[in-house]
Amino acid sequence: MSSTLHTPAQHASATKGAKERDTYLTADYGWKSWLFTVDHKRIAVLYLISIMVFFLIGGTFALLMRAELMTAKGDLFEAETYNKLFTMHGVVMIFFFLIPSIPAVLGNFLVPIMIGTKDLAFPKINLLSWYIYLVGGGATLYVAITGGLDTGWTFYAPYSSTYANTNVAAAAIAVFITGFSSILTGLNFIVTIHKMRAPGMTWFRMPLFLWAQYATSLIMILGTPVLAITVMLLALERTFHIGIFDPALGGDPVLFQHLFWFYSHPAVYIMILPGMGVISEIVACFSRKRMFGYHFIAFSSLAIAIFGFVVWGHHMFVSGQSAYAGFVFSFLTMLVAIPSAVKVFNWIATLYKGQVSLETPMLYALGFIGLFTIGGVTGLFLAVMGLDRHVHDTYFVVAHFHYVMVGGMVMAFMGGMHFWWSKMFGRKYPEAMGQFAAVVIFVGFNFTFFPQFILGYMGMPRRYHQYNDEFTALNVLSSAGATILGTGFLMTIVYFLWSLKWGQKAPQNQWDAKGLEWEKAQSPPPTFNFEDGERIVVTEDAYAYTYEESHTGSGHEVKK
Amino acid sequence: MSDHAHSTTGLVHHFDDIEQQHEAGTLGMWAFLITEVLFFGGLFGAYAVYRSAYPEAFMRASSHLDVDLGGVNTIVLICSSLTMALSVYAAQKGSKRGIIMGLLGTMFFGAIFLGVKVIEYKDKWDHHLVPGDNFIFEGNPGGPEQLYFALYFAMTGVHAFHMIVGMVIICWMIKKAHRGDFTPGHHPLVENFGLYWHFVDIVWIFLFPLLYLIGAHSGSHT
Ligand SMILES: [Cu+2]
Repeated sequence: MSSTLHTPAQHASATKGAKERDTYLTADYGWKSWLFTVDHKRIAVLYLISIMVFFLIGGTFALLMRAELMTAKGDLFEAETYNKLFTMHGVVMIFFFLIPSIPAVLGNFLVPIMIGTKDLAFPKINLLSWYIYLVGGGATLYVAITGGLDTGWTFYAPYSSTYANTNVAAAAIAVFITGFSSILTGLNFIVTIHKMRAPGMTWFRMPLFLWAQYATSLIMILGTPVLAITVMLLALERTFHIGIFDPALGGDPVLFQHLFWFYSHPAVYIMILPGMGVISEIVACFSRKRMFGYHFIAFSSLAIAIFGFVVWGHHMFVSGQSAYAGFVFSFLTMLVAIPSAVKVFNWIATLYKGQVSLETPMLYALGFIGLFTIGGVTGLFLAVMGLDRHVHDTYFVVAHFHYVMVGGMVMAFMGGMHFWWSKMFGRKYPEAMGQFAAVVIFVGFNFTFFPQFILGYMGMPRRYHQYNDEFTALNVLSSAGATILGTGFLMTIVYFLWSLKWGQKAPQNQWDAKGLEWEKAQSPPPTFNFEDGERIVVTEDAYAYTYEESHTGSGHEVKK
Repeated sequence: MSDHAHSTTGLVHHFDDIEQQHEAGTLGMWAFLITEVLFFGGLFGAYAVYRSAYPEAFMRASSHLDVDLGGVNTIVLICSSLTMALSVYAAQKGSKRGIIMGLLGTMFFGAIFLGVKVIEYKDKWDHHLVPGDNFIFEGNPGGPEQLYFALYFAMTGVHAFHMIVGMVIICWMIKKAHRGDFTPGHHPLVENFGLYWHFVDIVWIFLFPLLYLIGAHSGSHT
C-alpha cells in the first residue's frame, strides 16, 4: 500500500528506507516546510498547536478566577484585576479557541479528505488565515501584557468607548484582524464543498460533519464582517471620539449592542454547529448504524445558521429595546430550539437498537448530548422575557453558555480529537486513559457549572470578584469542580503528547468506520491524501454501516 | 512553497481540470463580495439608524459636501468601470496590449477619484468638519451633525481603502499581463478582479446619493 508522491518533497526524504511510506508528516522536514506549507493537514496541525496555547492561557485565567471565588471576600485580586481576568478569559477562549477549534483544526484536516480531493480550494489563503490568526493572537497577548482589557469580551459601549482605562483600541484591532482569519477559512470551505467534491459525492452523500462545516462557514462569511466593522467603529470612537456610540453627542450605545450581537449571536453557532457535526460522525460510528434522519440533521444545520441571524435582540431585553421587538426576538429565539432538538432526537434514534460501544469518542459524544440538552433548554428559559429579567447578568447565564460552549463544543472537540487522532498522527492514544479522562472531565464539568445555575437563580450577579456569604458553599463546589476539570484536560494533553512517540501504531481504520478518511486514506495520510493517482469515486451513501441489515436488533455481538 | 503550477495551462495541482479551477476562483470571489456587502452593511445600518433619528441634522451636514466634486467622482468611477470591462474583454480576446491599456485606464481614473477625495477631505479638515475634539459645525461643537461626518469619513474612507487595495492589485496584474500570464482561456485574475472593481464602484453609487444628495434641495451648499 505504499505510495510514491511526485512532489519536490519526495527528494528530501528519498534516503529513507524503501519500505517506509511517506506521510504528510514525514514528506518534508525543517521549520520552513511547516511555516510555508500549503498542505491543509499541516495547517491543521499548526492551528492545533496554536489553539492549544490559547486554550491553556484562557484556562489559566479561568482557574485564577475560580481561585478568587473560593471565598466571599475579594481577597486574592483587586476588582480591576478580576475584571481583566474574566475579560481576557472570554476574549481568548471565544476568538482564539472556540471559534477556530473544530473548523480550523478538524475541518481543515478533514474537509478535503472527506470529499475526496487533494486540498482545499485555496491552499495559500488557508495558510494566510493561520498567519492572520497569529497576528490577531499576538496583538491580544500584547494587550494582556500591557495592562489588559476590562470591558468584558462584549466590549459594551459607552464603557469601552469612553470610560475604560485599558487598551480597548488595541484589543478591538486584535479582534478585527482575527475575524479575517475566520472569514478566509469559511470562504475556503464553502468553495471547496461546492466545487471540489469527488465524482459520486453528491450533496446528500456527504458526511454530516461537512454539512455542519458548510453551515458554519456561511455564518463565518456573513457575520464576521459585521463584527469587523463594529469593532472598527469602536476603535475610531475610542481613538478620535467621533461620537458614534456616545449619547452626549447623539450617538446610541444600544446600536453597538445591536451590531455586536448581530455577529456574536450567530458566532455562538459558529462555536456549536461544527461540534454537532463531529457528534453525528461519532454517534453513527459507535452505533454502527446509518444515521437516523440524515436529511433532517443536514437541513437543521442550515436552519440553525439562518435562524441564528434573526435572534440577536434576546441580548437586549433589558437594554431599552422596545417590548414589541423583545417579543419578536423572544419568539424567534425559541424557534432555534426546533432544529437543535431535531438533531438531538435523531442522534438518540440512531443510538436506539444500535450496537453501541463506549470508546472515548463515544463517551464524549454522549456527554455532549446530555450537556448540550441542558445548555439548550436553559437557553429557552433565557429566551422568555419575564424569566430573563430575573436571571439576566447572573451566573445562570454563565452556566447556560458554559453548558453549551464547554459541555457542547469542547466535549465535541475532545471527542473529535480522540476519534481522528490516529488518522492525524498514525498512533493510538491509550484507550483506558482516554475513557478515564473523559469521565473526569464530565464529572469536573458538572461540578463546576451546575452550581452556577443555582447561584444565578439565587441572584448572584456575574463579573464580581466578591459575593454575599450565603453563596460560599456553591462557589467552593464550583471551584473544586474547576480543578477536576482542569486536571482532566491536562491528563488528556499529556497522554496525547505521549502517544505521539510511544503510542501503539494505528491501522488505517482504527474504528472500522465508514467515510473516505477511513476507507481510502492511510493513517496518517500522504501529502495528497490518497494513494498516488487514485481518483476517488464515491458509490455509496454516508454511514453505510451494516449492523441493521445483518442483524435485526436483538442486541448480541455481530462480526463487523 | 512552490507553486506546483503547470506553466502552460496554469492548472494548480489540487484541481482536476482548469474548468474546476476557474469555477472555484469565481465562486470564491463572489463569496468574498458577499462578505464585503455585509462589511459595508454594518456602516449602512448605522447610517440608516442615525439618519432616521436626526433627519434635519443630516441634511444640514450634507449641504457642506461639494455635490459637484462628488458628481465628478461618480462619473470618473463609472469610466473606470468601463476601462475595467474593456480590459476583461481584451483578456477574452487575447489582446495583451488591450489588457494593459484597460488596466492603465482603470488606474488613471482611480487615481483621479482618490485625488478628488483628498481635496474634499482637506476641505473638511480646514473647516473643522472632521469628527473629534476639534469638530465645529456652524459655530457649535459636537451634536448629531458630527455623527453624519463620522459616517461620511468611515464610509468613504473604507471605500477609498478598497480603491487603494485595488490599485495595488492592478500594478501587480499589469506586471503579470506584461509577462504574458493571461491567455484567452485562462485569465481568472482579470475576471475576478473585474468583479471586485465593479463592486467597489457600486458601493460608491450608493454612497453618493446617501451622503451628497440628501441636503441638495436645501440650496445652501456652495
Ligand atoms: Cu444570543
